[in-house]
Amino acid sequence: MPATDTAVRPPAPAPPAARPPRRRHRRLRLVLRYTLLSIGAVVVLFPLYMAVVNSLLAPSQIAHQPPPFFPLHPQWGSYRKAWTEGDLAVYLRNSAIQTTIIVAGQLVTSVLAAYAFAFLEFPFKRTLFVVFLMTLMIPFEVTIATNLSTVSSLGWFNTFPGLTVPFLATGFGTFLLRQAFLQIPRDLREAAQLDGYGHFRFLWSVAVPLARPALAALGVFSFLSAWNQYLWPLLVTGNDNSVRTVQIGLKQLINTQLDQINVSLAGTVIAVVPLLILLVVFQKQLVRSLTSGAVK
Amino acid sequence: MARVNFEGVSKAFDGVLAVDDLHLDVHDGELLVLLGPSGCGKTTALRMVAGLEDPTAGTVSIGDVVVNDVEPKDRDVAMVFQSYALYPHMTLRRNIEFPLRQQRVPAPERARRVEEAAGTLGLLDLLDRKPGQLSGGQRQRVALARAIVRDPQVFLMDEPLSNLDATLRIQTRADIVSLQRRLGTTTIYVTHDQVEAMTMGHRIAVMRDGRLQQVAAPQDLYERPANTFVASFLGSPGMNLVPASAERGAIIIEGTRIGLPDGTPTVAGPVTVGVRPEAATLAPEGIPASVLLVEQLGAETHVICVLADGSRVVVRQEHRAVRPDLGESVAIRVDPLQLHLFDTDTGARLELGR
Amino acid sequence: MSALRSRRHREWGLAYLLLAPALLIFAVFTFYPFLRNFKLALYQNPPYPGLPSHYVGLHQVGSVLASTSFHQSLVSTLLYVVMVVPVGLIGGLLLAVAAHKAIRGMAWFRLVFSSTVVTSVAVAAVVFGTLMDPVVGLLPWLGVNPHPAILENPTWALPAVSLIAVWQFLGLSFVIMTAGLQSLPDEVLEAARLDGAGGWTMFWRVTVPLLSPTLFFGLVVGTIYAFQSFGQIDILIGPQNSQFTHTDVLLYSVYQALSIQDNPGVAAVLSIVLFAILLVFTLAQLRFLERRVTYAGD
Repeated sequence: MPATDTAVRPPAPAPPAARPPRRRHRRLRLVLRYTLLSIGAVVVLFPLYMAVVNSLLAPSQIAHQPPPFFPLHPQWGSYRKAWTEGDLAVYLRNSAIQTTIIVAGQLVTSVLAAYAFAFLEFPFKRTLFVVFLMTLMIPFEVTIATNLSTVSSLGWFNTFPGLTVPFLATGFGTFLLRQAFLQIPRDLREAAQLDGYGHFRFLWSVAVPLARPALAALGVFSFLSAWNQYLWPLLVTGNDNSVRTVQIGLKQLINTQLDQINVSLAGTVIAVVPLLILLVVFQKQLVRSLTSGAVK
Repeated sequence: MARVNFEGVSKAFDGVLAVDDLHLDVHDGELLVLLGPSGCGKTTALRMVAGLEDPTAGTVSIGDVVVNDVEPKDRDVAMVFQSYALYPHMTLRRNIEFPLRQQRVPAPERARRVEEAAGTLGLLDLLDRKPGQLSGGQRQRVALARAIVRDPQVFLMDEPLSNLDATLRIQTRADIVSLQRRLGTTTIYVTHDQVEAMTMGHRIAVMRDGRLQQVAAPQDLYERPANTFVASFLGSPGMNLVPASAERGAIIIEGTRIGLPDGTPTVAGPVTVGVRPEAATLAPEGIPASVLLVEQLGAETHVICVLADGSRVVVRQEHRAVRPDLGESVAIRVDPLQLHLFDTDTGARLELGR
Repeated sequence: MSALRSRRHREWGLAYLLLAPALLIFAVFTFYPFLRNFKLALYQNPPYPGLPSHYVGLHQVGSVLASTSFHQSLVSTLLYVVMVVPVGLIGGLLLAVAAHKAIRGMAWFRLVFSSTVVTSVAVAAVVFGTLMDPVVGLLPWLGVNPHPAILENPTWALPAVSLIAVWQFLGLSFVIMTAGLQSLPDEVLEAARLDGAGGWTMFWRVTVPLLSPTLFFGLVVGTIYAFQSFGQIDILIGPQNSQFTHTDVLLYSVYQALSIQDNPGVAAVLSIVLFAILLVFTLAQLRFLERRVTYAGD
């Protein structure tokens, strides 16, 4: 190896490092960041915080100006009232049933369709896939006029089928699961074939377990959309509480509890707390499902 | 141009020591290679010079100034990343020019320096293209151009050749070497490829599990490895290491006594002996072994033998030599002047005494 | 050979069987309704229930499109989208950038910032409705006392409802932006740091351009989201007041035509318009923005 050569280079300009090296204001930047984050957190949480606070105050206190920011003597009665007078138990039950049906339906139809698109060859495959994708272009809101009359003529007004059947299939879910299935190496499928696995066995024992993250993501997404539906339950459920979901129930609640704002808010808190808990538990799946289109 | 010093530098991630008490001086103007297997800490050490990681202990100095608290952009170092790290949304010209804009270099001067750097690397025709339109080798050169245009005190290179195919790698290797010799800028070069290290570096610093094993010129490293790790890491195929026992004036391998003419082992008992494949030959008499495999590589042949105790010895033969058959019993003769002795437990080199 | 063919045929049969449930649902509840809108639009409803509707051709379409209520609806919708989407995206981006650092407690902040994703429209509406109430809300304390009250105010009702939507959209926007930031190649950002890019330069010249696919995705998602707004308006303003307060966005007009006025023909016309606008929006974004969007190399 040659020893260090004599350098052959043009006379260099005064090196910028002649500038004295600055100490890092690391502490300061960290404090600044935490401050910004805290401000953001306050902005985001503030409405929910006030809802909880107000739900624990007596109606007369709520009307107080300036508004109280902390309940000194929390009145838990509003929650009991919301639960019983507001029929929240029934509404929550209905929402749970509706959501379960929709989530199960979407998972099943998406898995089946995605399996066909990912592993099977058949005529018009591409055309049919385009058909599935086109459903993404037709927002549900554009179909409500006819769907309402279809559901009525089927006698499904104010029933669970009426509430859930239009949503049992999803182009988005099929697309998501197809992607996941396509990730499974071809070799695995071929090895399974050699081992004598039929399609259903392969689907159940191999494809579905391997696609579990995508399934979880879809499940969370479906759950959220179904639980938070407003327009369709409004159109399709009647004034009796047999099928009415919690979102419409909330509207009902505030209409009947005009002065009892604490009760309305208590109902709202009851309606949102289960979802917040689910968020904490399923945060990862949620993020994955919401961003499945964003990250190329 | 400047020296770079590591004084007692350690870096821990979540309680795991990536770099352990590193003391290393990089001479002004030299190309020092940080060599080692994945996870040995070489990249972490490099990033601490750049300022992308902070040492948990110790100080890093550039040009005799301690830079632990200095921002990366104020350290006057340029880095070539393994993935080139080009700005995909900018043309080559703007990519190369980017660091100069940050330093507020005036436009005419900027243009001149960009053209100069691009010219050195043969990129003048491509200046208006974007990285996405270039080949891997071309992107590599853009990354280099962006580094040299800053005329920094130190170049840092993190395995810049590993994403290139074999032929391109060899050519670019030569280009980088001649560039560095011409510019004379102090360069720290990280790689796991010992061929790159041997051909490019003025000196090589071998690292393992965060600790520095040995730093020396390539030939010194090859001829006087400080421990079994360095001995087996350099050279292809690596040095043969077999158990033996040492006694006065000789070592004994598999019952065969080999006299040592230029010294005597200072301790008696079990040792590890290292002998490079080229220092071993098949002879009528020597250490008994049987042939496991014969690898013919054209210009040379590697005969992989197994000793009675199960150790493997690779013997290098010229292509004209008579090749043995598989399973044949042979005898291996080693050149007593090219033996290395290592401690059986620590692997450290044992010097011979008088 | 015929064994092979029959096996292939069986595979076809299986495929169609697997696709059948979804296709059936789509046919009945997505495609058929969408297409039937075009037919419904041509039939006018009788003033009395029970009588059949009669064919009027494009006359109904024309009168709806020419009506002032439709024009107002369009304007309200447009204003609403413009108020909700950019603010929501920028807010989400700022939160994501602030939260994009592995420091202690960050997981908690991330949870908080994404939390509005799980709030339903009804929840957001009730919560904000309380805050904006002229008697019990926060506004009087802040000295804000519009007449009429903010949710009955022709000028301020729409911004108020937009605010609610922005708040709700923040969670989704944050999640999308965070995912985008995490997908940025670390080494490019480190190279920029070494090259001397400080906070501001780094953000505008490096981070944002690299983030453009994500921003684009957020824009598409956000626009569709804004067009689907319904619940807040229904709960807080209601069909009686929405026209007066200029909060009768397109979807709400559809609802009113369908459910309140029992006028499926008009609802169909409005639905088609809604669809057309969304289609044009999405295609325009795809065409014009994707040209300028840069992907992070290959």
